[in-house]
Amino acid sequence: MLISFICGLLFGLGLIISGMANPAKVLGFLDLAGNWDPSLAFVMAGAILIGFFAFRYAGRRKTTLLGKELKLPAAAQIDRRLIVGSLLFGAGWGLAGFCPGPALVGLGMGLPKAMLFVLAMLAGMVLFEVIERRRGG
Amino acid sequence: MTIDFPHFTPWPAFAGGLLIGVAAAILILMNGRIAGISGIIGGLLRPNKGDLVWRLAFIGGLILAPSVFGIFYVLPEVQIDASWAILTIAGLMVGVGTRYASGCTSGHGVCGISRLSPRSIAATLIFMATGFATVYLLRHL
Repeated sequence: MLISFICGLLFGLGLIISGMANPAKVLGFLDLAGNWDPSLAFVMAGAILIGFFAFRYAGRRKTTLLGKELKLPAAAQIDRRLIVGSLLFGAGWGLAGFCPGPALVGLGMGLPKAMLFVLAMLAGMVLFEVIERRRGG
Repeated sequence: MTIDFPHFTPWPAFAGGLLIGVAAAILILMNGRIAGISGIIGGLLRPNKGDLVWRLAFIGGLILAPSVFGIFYVLPEVQIDASWAILTIAGLMVGVGTRYASGCTSGHGVCGISRLSPRSIAATLIFMATGFATVYLLRHL
């Protein structure tokens, strides 16, 4: 539990330091045709640089360093759900400049607009659960 | 395209990215979990035994990050231009979309690409392209 908390905290601090907690900066990256701010690409590069070695090491292990079960995603198919979901997510991301992590950090800053976004996002996730359960998922 | 040099901050961006990578590395190597924010939140809606606490702890850390940052430094300015109506629609789309896609910028973009997962690379290319297209439609048409 403490480890999860620290990871969440470090993740959030990373978002703040990188500037990605600011939707205007994220939209500056997504505005390729305008005055483009490439910063987001540098955030991805930094995160993937560490992640690449961490996950390569994790892939060789069966348990974590604490002896727990190590859960790496097994799904490999690029199916319709992945494609449609990513299209929908990308459009929402482009509209507001918020993805889930920065929205939660914005919530932590006490910003009313971030709170509204998080509420709408939670409603969307509940909607997904309702649809999936109706379909017997 | 022109580069927005006054706003371009490669070093803080890269440093923040490294920190995000460290967080993802600790979570997978210590707890055996993927640091995918949409998955961590979404998992709360279908609770399994013993699965709730780590999710809430991670989310708590994320939400408290600005307060912790604020102890040492002045928080950077945050600008949300979208209207309340747009934020509601966008939030719904991000909620439904990330659940169908089984991931967002963190789960697919950071962790998935780090694993060189073709599925995550495809998801990231699609949501980035759609993000670019959406902003183009909003700002340049």
